[in-house]
Amino acid sequence: MNVEQIVFYFFAALTIIAAIGVITVKNAVQAVLCLVLTFFSAAVLWMLLEAEFLAITLILVYVGAVMVLFLFVVMMLDVDYAALKQGFTRYLPLGLFTALALFAVIYWVVRSKYFGSDVIPEPAKHGAEYSNVKELGRLLYTEYFYAFEIAGVILLVAIVAAISLTFRGRRERRGQSVPGQHKVSKEDRLRVIKMDAEKAPSDELEQTADQNDEQQRGNS
Amino acid sequence: MIDLLLNTLFIVLKIALILLPLILAVAYTTYAERKLIGYMQLRIGPNRVGPKGWLQPIADVVKLLMKEVIIPSGANKVLFLLAPILFIAPSFAAWAVVPFDAELVLANTDVGLLYILAMTSIGVYGVIIAGWASNSKYALLGSLRSASQIVSYEIAMGFALVAVLMASGSMNLGEIVEAQSGGFWTWFFIPLLPILVVYWISGVAETNRAPFDVPEGESEIVAGFHVEYAGMAFALFFLAEYANMILISVLTALFFFGGWLNPFQGIPYLEAVTDWIPGTLWLLLKAAFFLFGMIWLRATFPRYRYDQIMRLGWKVFIPVTVIWLIVLALMIKGGVGPWFSGRGGF
Repeated sequence: MNVEQIVFYFFAALTIIAAIGVITVKNAVQAVLCLVLTFFSAAVLWMLLEAEFLAITLILVYVGAVMVLFLFVVMMLDVDYAALKQGFTRYLPLGLFTALALFAVIYWVVRSKYFGSDVIPEPAKHGAEYSNVKELGRLLYTEYFYAFEIAGVILLVAIVAAISLTFRGRRERRGQSVPGQHKVSKEDRLRVIKMDAEKAPSDELEQTADQNDEQQRGNS
Repeated sequence: MIDLLLNTLFIVLKIALILLPLILAVAYTTYAERKLIGYMQLRIGPNRVGPKGWLQPIADVVKLLMKEVIIPSGANKVLFLLAPILFIAPSFAAWAVVPFDAELVLANTDVGLLYILAMTSIGVYGVIIAGWASNSKYALLGSLRSASQIVSYEIAMGFALVAVLMASGSMNLGEIVEAQSGGFWTWFFIPLLPILVVYWISGVAETNRAPFDVPEGESEIVAGFHVEYAGMAFALFFLAEYANMILISVLTALFFFGGWLNPFQGIPYLEAVTDWIPGTLWLLLKAAFFLFGMIWLRATFPRYRYDQIMRLGWKVFIPVTVIWLIVLALMIKGGVGPWFSGRGGF
């Protein structure tokens, strides 16, 4: 076995183990972390296929952004795991049947008859000069230009739709209005009042103190 | 087989040659920070350990090594201990593609730019897991703040890197620097000035530095995500944060200030005089300037309020970068010299 094969089998095994971990670990946060590991090892497998752009994009987009938000949400949930486990045996037959049916369908499509090593030739090895990034860029912006642009527009529409579905308009809240703050000038906040100087307060105090003394003396 | 072993050994040696100076640099960055902020606040800073306090970082490391790592009750033990490693590993791994000179780079890859972006973005897992596994309210709050902050600034940073990619026409860090050769006026900081500002500030926000240090805002949530960590586990968080700071400084120098290039390239007399200075030294000098800037920011500005951080990231930086991408595309198509001459034409 050469190094490449060792790396492949190690990360292929890791992908499968981590994927099983996603559905078997008890805690949702740990499940998300298992999924992160799955993506990570899948990225290494892509790297072995000389698809370094896709591999790093997988890490950047899925591991670096999507799964962070997943984790973010899952961490905030207060899930009662005991309650989730109830009814496991009751639904087991139905679950098993669904799983088997799904497996059969997937196997029917993705089997060695269509995807075997005799049907699909081994990918050609490229030299050090070969740049996967340049090849992808050229294909995306020439041959698949319309598909690429339309996919982008669909994603944009999805963003707009998601925001318009969840946005419920401006509620009554005490948020700051930044443009309003910028528009404020000195005259709005500060008022200079012209007035005569006050009399020194110390004289008045002494006078009242004297009066009080006199009153007290009179009372006694 | 012997070949393979020797090869591996050679690569490990090269990694050590990058990481050991980096760790030393981190230690003395902490010293520089304490001294600089001390002088800015009319104090002296550490001056007791060794001459002028030069051995202070070593003393700190020894102190942290001797301390016990305390695992809080109810914490998820495995994840609690895994979190510092998950935080520090990407911040070290990112250095693999950083070129220190024209030939001095560990991995000369064509996806260097993307790799850097990916590595800086997965560091957030360490923070999130640390917060969650600590079984503490403050740690959880800190990690939630950090997660949303890093995801928000990631987008502006990515767009800024797209601009660098457009200007240089390559994702290879070495080629990006080479595209700027020809004296300091051909560096990208002039045509990409708004992008430089966005990238730099996003970098400060991504490393959780002041004035964006709400994830560890000590006046609100004690020490944020690493409140439960002690001893070496805490030291790893510290190490990673400073390694990230140095990384962002070096990257800013590479992307916008010509990396290892001599600023006097093409000036008749000055070029000959400064020719003996090695490129690595130029890169380190430029990076040191940005590192100083980060420390300066911390000494100068109060912490941002949380909603203001979000507003700055989403409503200011992202529109600025998108608009400048369009301006940049026009500049490249127009062949605006000296940066894009020879690349124009519709």
